[in-house]
Amino acid sequence: MTNKKRPVNLDLGTIRLPVTSYVSILHRISGVITFFGLAVMLWLLDLSLDSEQSFNMLKDLVAHPVAKLLVWGSLAALAYHTVAGIRHLVMDFGLGEESFNSGRNSAWTAVALSLLIIAIITSWVVSW
Amino acid sequence: MVGIASSFSQSGVINWLVQRVSALVMTAYIVFITVYLLANPNISYAQWSELNSLLSMRLFSLLTMASIASHAWIGIWCVLTDYVTERLLGPKADIIRKVLQVCMIAVILIYLVWAIDILWGF
Repeated sequence: MTNKKRPVNLDLGTIRLPVTSYVSILHRISGVITFFGLAVMLWLLDLSLDSEQSFNMLKDLVAHPVAKLLVWGSLAALAYHTVAGIRHLVMDFGLGEESFNSGRNSAWTAVALSLLIIAIITSWVVSW
Repeated sequence: MVGIASSFSQSGVINWLVQRVSALVMTAYIVFITVYLLANPNISYAQWSELNSLLSMRLFSLLTMASIASHAWIGIWCVLTDYVTERLLGPKADIIRKVLQVCMIAVILIYLVWAIDILWGF
């Protein structure tokens, strides 16, 4: 029998979270989205290489709003996940993890940088 | 003990390292493809298929796909073992998590086979 009243260390549902927590949970969510977005990426790669006809078809195909949304979602999630991942790699080398302030600053930097990249992706996808 | 048998490797240190090395490979691939497409905005099928038929490019793409496979295996295992738990979902959580892990591994294998078929099938 599992004791349902077992105490939980750091019950995340009961405390106010700092920006670093949101950057972390978004990293996980964007990772899961990217995992499914890979199907979209492979589909595009398949069409782009299969034949000259399918290559030329791509342009018309991704003009469809649903295709646009799928490609945009996959690229946006990948962009955020990559930026937040690079932040992790930088912290692995001991930079920016020495204090809560530097962690918070690098979290905001990751948010700003990924928003900028997602804005560029958005204008690119819309312009098709 | 939560389903350690389904984790990518039995060693946490190896998982940690694989997660980071695969991240570097994927980042290199993203940077290369982005820069290449920015440098060739109106790329033709001939040029694109020629690039992707180079053995070095095929191996780079395959290495990236292998990185995605291991990276996703480790990452999704972490997510599932953190959230699909008895505390959060009740007594059925263990079996649900194991089913989801098997699904995750199946999807990764399908991606791998699909990618090889794309890369060597044109």
